[in-house]
Amino acid sequence: MVAYKRGMVTDEDKVFKALADPSRRRLLDRLRQDSGLSLNDLCEQYDMSRQAVTKHLAILEAANLVVTVKRGREKLHFLNPVPINEIYTRWIGRFEAGRLQALDNLKKALEEKKEHEKEEKKHGQH
Amino acid sequence: MASTEFVYATYIKATPQDVWNAITSPEFMKQYWFGSYAESDFKTGSPWKLFRENGEITDSGEIVESAPPKRLVIRWRNEWKPELKAEGYSRCTFEIETVANVTKLTITHVMDKEGSKLIGAVSGGWPKILSNLKSLLETGELVLAANPASH
Repeated sequence: MVAYKRGMVTDEDKVFKALADPSRRRLLDRLRQDSGLSLNDLCEQYDMSRQAVTKHLAILEAANLVVTVKRGREKLHFLNPVPINEIYTRWIGRFEAGRLQALDNLKKALEEKKEHEKEEKKHGQH
Repeated sequence: MASTEFVYATYIKATPQDVWNAITSPEFMKQYWFGSYAESDFKTGSPWKLFRENGEITDSGEIVESAPPKRLVIRWRNEWKPELKAEGYSRCTFEIETVANVTKLTITHVMDKEGSKLIGAVSGGWPKILSNLKSLLETGELVLAANPASH
């Protein structure tokens, strides 16, 4: 659990640094949606240069947030949620998971109810 | 893409042999796998079964490839949810390698089917299991004693 040190930068430092950038978070979102994408797949979606995407992916890979697998001539990228789970278990998981889940469920239920009421009102006016 | 695939990786301060033992020893598995454990001799071609703490079977299959302490491939089918069992066999690969003085464990779980429910069902579990395994091997302690998703 405790991040080990490689030089002065801990693995955890790398994870937070990697997550601090919105473009990199978007890349992770994309990989969460479709796992196993090539660099070409990832470049298609963004108004970013291939060079920039490559650089972001290298940072994500160094933080172990992205894992690559070679398939033939292609390198496929996967989101690796393990470091995020470690952050979660360090500050949240151990004691609070149940209560936070309840809170999250409540928030979702209330928001859905609100949406539903809005929809009903809309329909009522017509 | 006509398959569903997830990859999980963690770096563990332990030897490849320790990591291999951790994924093949039922008593050790129980500690970090929320009570679940596998029964198999982990030799190529042997049957493999996964049980819950109470002895109920959850998954079964066979060892497709076994190269201790480097690589283990399991043909894996769910046995307790009919809709998951209906999807048939998935393939779970454990790769253990030394990277800069630590051991990298990579788990690839793939089903040759788009939107596999089995892969979806196990996807929440793997990160927790891996975090627990890493912590147990490095510090002797678990980060999560119970699976929060099961509450």
